[in-house]
Amino acid sequence: MAANSNFPKYQSDGTRLGNALEWFDARFPLTSLWKAHLSEYYAPKNFNFWYFFGSMAIVVLIIQFVTGIFLVMHYQPNANLTPAGLPIAFESVEYIMREVPGGWFIRYMHSTGASFFFIVIYLHMFRGLLYGSYRKPRELVWIFGVLIFLCLMAIAFMGYLLPWGQMSYWGAQVILSFFSAIPVVGDDISTYIRGDYVVAAATLNRFFALHVCAVPLALLGLVVAHILALHEVGSNNPDGVEIKKFKDENGIPLDGVPFHPQYTIGHDLPANVIMLMFFFAVLFFWPEGGGYFLEYNNFLPADPMATPEHLAPVWYFTAFYSMLRAMTWNFFWIDAKIWGVISMFAGVFILAFLPWLDRSPAKSIRYRGPIFKVLLAFFVVSFAMLCFLGTKGVEYHFFGYTPSKDSSPLSILISGAFHTKLWTIYYFLFFLTMPYWSKIDKCKPVPERVTFK
Amino acid sequence: MSDQKKGCDSERRNLLVATSVLGGAAVTAAAVPFVASLAPSERAKAIGAPVIADISKLAPGEKMVVKWRGKPVWILRRTPEMLASLEAVKEKLSDPDSEKSAQPAYAKNAERAINKEYLVAVGICTHLGCSPTDKLKPGTDEGVQEPGWQGGFLCPCHGSLFDLAGRVFKGQPAPTNLEIPPHMFDPANPNLVTIGVDPTDSKGA
Repeated sequence: MAANSNFPKYQSDGTRLGNALEWFDARFPLTSLWKAHLSEYYAPKNFNFWYFFGSMAIVVLIIQFVTGIFLVMHYQPNANLTPAGLPIAFESVEYIMREVPGGWFIRYMHSTGASFFFIVIYLHMFRGLLYGSYRKPRELVWIFGVLIFLCLMAIAFMGYLLPWGQMSYWGAQVILSFFSAIPVVGDDISTYIRGDYVVAAATLNRFFALHVCAVPLALLGLVVAHILALHEVGSNNPDGVEIKKFKDENGIPLDGVPFHPQYTIGHDLPANVIMLMFFFAVLFFWPEGGGYFLEYNNFLPADPMATPEHLAPVWYFTAFYSMLRAMTWNFFWIDAKIWGVISMFAGVFILAFLPWLDRSPAKSIRYRGPIFKVLLAFFVVSFAMLCFLGTKGVEYHFFGYTPSKDSSPLSILISGAFHTKLWTIYYFLFFLTMPYWSKIDKCKPVPERVTFK
Repeated sequence: MSDQKKGCDSERRNLLVATSVLGGAAVTAAAVPFVASLAPSERAKAIGAPVIADISKLAPGEKMVVKWRGKPVWILRRTPEMLASLEAVKEKLSDPDSEKSAQPAYAKNAERAINKEYLVAVGICTHLGCSPTDKLKPGTDEGVQEPGWQGGFLCPCHGSLFDLAGRVFKGQPAPTNLEIPPHMFDPANPNLVTIGVDPTDSKGA
């Protein structure tokens, strides 16, 4: 029996599978989606290891969805106390860890997955910086990416409240107080977000709803938009040249290879196997990540009466947390608190403007001049320093130095507070002065076609 | 284009505008209960009842914490030395007279208290809501780097320093002094402090 779709382009090859495919294709764009996004999506042939992280992010996303669904089957978002005096939410996480068969494995996969998500996303974003992947015509790809990053931060932050430990509670208390910095309406907004005058049961329940339902939906939609926009304009590459300029007689880019199977099987599959080896090594042997993936204070149940002595966010937020702490002066009669909040959000949002801040004639670092290379190196230092200092207390000094009563100029120079300010200023100046230095930088001539051995 | 414009049915267009406006109004009205549901529930509001603390066992220089509206409220029994320190640090404070800060009128004084021996303050930093830790001893014993430290509180989150009346030092992230809640001493039994209620007479008894 031959399928009869009336569409010659879906014509079955006569086999049973072919007939089934024809039946589907006449009703749903199955083959055409497969072709447009995989087997006939032509990616530049000169991808290097920096191009692993996008597919890794999808693998980690799937891990988070699957483990998350299974955790919801056992977790209880309830701030009431058990007869033993433990909050039920906190107790249910311990129940998953100790009594649910395989529960520890699923929960550690989810917590390790959160940190891995940020590792691969930070590397993925850095790739964009290296090769100018945000430049015209990929502005929207980049902006969708920044929105995905924002969604990820929101999901991670709200998920972190759910174990209802000390760090969960006080971390949320601090972050939600940001909104009270808004003049006039700030306190009301904070109250509406928390659903109470302090972080309380209402906050836990709404964060649960947002963490498992609302924000993941938004995230999925943005991931689809990110990929659709990318496949519309085509991928950038380490040379930062457009492969669509040179096509063969069939309209296929001369320097392009089909994404599937060349990159799926030959590039992303082995890379993800190696990534998963690291992932499970962490999961089995180092699930707490030295107190950075799971903070030790979070093994104590939430106590609204006492803030932990050392309060730091999880490692992936520390850079932006440092930007918050850098602001300790009142400028223009506006409180330091508001400036701190503004600088923290500006640290994320400024990324969205990169496509218009960068005016270099070359996209890729391979052909960009010395100014970019030096400033980018210091940018990496600034981000690493801000990450590091965000994990330390405000009194931190380098080299284990404890200052005496009177602070000497030297003790200020090696103080964490000074470096937090210094590198925050650098972080913002890197972006704000980019329109100037990216234009005058001495770029090398960019080749017409990709270079590939 | 111009041909289409000529053929435009103005009655249909008016109906379209009217339907859109009405639909928009309906969506806005339907959003009201959703936004309202985010506000504190009646149960959450009811928990704000006053609490009574027994301070009979509080020795001079000691602090106790009671829970009021889900927040920690400190009661610190200050020694004469502690009270003397309030004047000594005045120069270093951002709002020494509590002009910008939140307190009842009867606590807007040098000691920020009705009964100057007892500081009753909400132990929540006015910066981002952490609870500051006690650094009550003067000097460097408790690791406070402020030169000439007279004792007070240090917020562990962003390092704001407060004196023994909950007043914030200059150049700190916290914008104002710690909040002083309404509180009163029981006229019949001075060992009972009620937090969340203003005193019945102006003397604060």
